[in-house]
Amino acid sequence: MFKLLKYALYDILKSRFAIIYTVFLALVAISIYQVSDDLSKVSLSLMNIMILFIPLISAVFATTHFYNNLEFIELMLAQPVKRIHVFLSQLLAVVIMLSLSILLGFGLPMMLWGADSSLLTLLVVGVVLSSVFAGFAFLASVLTRDKAKAIGISLALWIYFSLVYDGLVLYIIYSFADYPLEKATLALVMLNPVDLGRILMLMQLDISALMGYTGAFFQQFFSSGSGILIATFALVIWMLVPNYLATRVFRKRDF
Amino acid sequence: MLELRKAMNRIFPLILILCLYAIHAEADKIILKPGQSIQAAVDRSAAGDTLIFSPGTYQASAVTIRKPLSLIGNNHPVMDGENKGNIFLVASENVLIRGLKFIRTGKSNMDDSAAIKFFDSKNCTVENNILVDTFFGLHFSNSSNLTIRNNKVNASASREFEVGNGIHLWKCKDSLIEKNEVSGHRDGIYLEFVTNTLAKENFIQGNMRYGLHFMFSHDNTYLKNTFKRNGAGVAVMYTKNVTMQENRFEENWGSSAYGILLKDISDSKVIGNVFLKNTVGIYMEGSSRIDFKENTFKENGWALKLMASCDQNLFQANNFTRNTFDISTNGNLVLNQLKENYWDKYEGYDLNRDRIGDVPYRPINLYSVIVEKIPASVMLWRSFLVTLLDRMEKILPTMTPDEMIDHSPKMRPYDFGT
Repeated sequence: MFKLLKYALYDILKSRFAIIYTVFLALVAISIYQVSDDLSKVSLSLMNIMILFIPLISAVFATTHFYNNLEFIELMLAQPVKRIHVFLSQLLAVVIMLSLSILLGFGLPMMLWGADSSLLTLLVVGVVLSSVFAGFAFLASVLTRDKAKAIGISLALWIYFSLVYDGLVLYIIYSFADYPLEKATLALVMLNPVDLGRILMLMQLDISALMGYTGAFFQQFFSSGSGILIATFALVIWMLVPNYLATRVFRKRDF
Repeated sequence: MLELRKAMNRIFPLILILCLYAIHAEADKIILKPGQSIQAAVDRSAAGDTLIFSPGTYQASAVTIRKPLSLIGNNHPVMDGENKGNIFLVASENVLIRGLKFIRTGKSNMDDSAAIKFFDSKNCTVENNILVDTFFGLHFSNSSNLTIRNNKVNASASREFEVGNGIHLWKCKDSLIEKNEVSGHRDGIYLEFVTNTLAKENFIQGNMRYGLHFMFSHDNTYLKNTFKRNGAGVAVMYTKNVTMQENRFEENWGSSAYGILLKDISDSKVIGNVFLKNTVGIYMEGSSRIDFKENTFKENGWALKLMASCDQNLFQANNFTRNTFDISTNGNLVLNQLKENYWDKYEGYDLNRDRIGDVPYRPINLYSVIVEKIPASVMLWRSFLVTLLDRMEKILPTMTPDEMIDHSPKMRPYDFGT
């Protein structure tokens, strides 16, 4: 398992994509640091970019990576190693590479120009979102045999979580506007990792004062011990579930 | 005859001087030392006398002054109220209180304990005093022609109900409140039924509730005051003919804090003020015929919350920069006018180079309308969906009020030297 992971990591870290992705993130962070004058503005701008692009890039990259390495995977499966180890090594390699890119790309400028708690939250949320969407991408890849179809499914999931879901939420809130919705919206937030990451970030910024009563309710929830525990639990579930499902499907898949 | 008149001309100034001297001789200077009773000294003195306090600490509780006196402190002698009721009570004309330090009034809402309390007084001056941990600071009722200048009023209560107002005027008129510093009180300056008064260059900071709070106080002018980090900013109500000029409203940040909250204010002028880093720069409802000109709105959450109950207000030549939302409203009815403002979010162009944008600017974005209608939808703030909706609305406005529009947006910000 460890050896497999090592070779998978070597392979992926040497790829051009890893370098380009890291440099891209670093350039974004540097330019935002140059333009904005205070840290809360920096984290707000970085958040806007992160919430949109990191899930997209993670999903697309993980899918293409799986298919590019399909032959290697098939070769490995012919060897006397455990199936699950082959799969997990590939998955972990992708997650580690995506996370490292974020930690380096965003982290280095932060070390240079300073960071606060909101920027550290940003890094954590970035890592979580990367692994969630890498998991979705692997799930999509093992579900179909067609690369285009798999990318399609990954993209659909991305669109669902960053756009369609929010549309549905808006519709639900609109329909039930006469009822107290604080707890319901809190539950809805938990059901979408992108929203959960965004709200966690917003709660770190003093801009949350603009969010009125609902914002105050969220603030209270996310600053209480049990609230943090529940939010962390939700994020961990989001990280584990797609990966676990993908592993299960892979184990039974006929190559 | 001529001789006599000449003589008279010579004698008359002499008589005048003699008279003046007589008056002057009557106005004694009484010097007090620590430990002496202030009340006894006041009772002994004649109208027009001056009481001079030597440095030190005096026990003073409910010292009552009913005649024209000057109370002057030498090097801020301390009037210690020992946590019992009021320190000075004044009901007279021509009282001057200068250079004293007041500490420890009682803390009671039953009698509104204050450092100095004026009733039915006229032509009184309170200046250069220091007030520390008083319940109410300076409390005036039913008085006129007051001068309140250069006082430092500071309390350090931790909760709102544990402290009264810094400078409190009830039913007063023709007064001047100038260069005072008030902090840590419930309201910094509180005015009720106060007319024809000028508040100038005061520095009101860190009070529990409002920096400035007035009601039914017509024809007043507020000039060059600073209201900073007060619990809920500034709230003013039920008043007409107010002039607010060159004041600064800063850092009133919190879920229910306002730079200034205007409720039922009419026929007023708000000119040249700076609104910086407030949750809401100006919140207004039920207000009419107010001119907002040459104000700077910078880095506020909402620069303006303009409720549909406001009418005939004019917003002209203001700078709106780096606010999260420029304007929000709660209805489709807009009876106010926006013109020639600078909006940093304006994306239009200026073909004929007259420095006025050729396309009108709509300062309300869709999301702020949705949030105003359904507060719970704030959870979608800064999501991709909301950004997309706002973009679409900018191109094809359907939900935002049509009339909330600036037909002549400026291409460059005004230079107000702030």
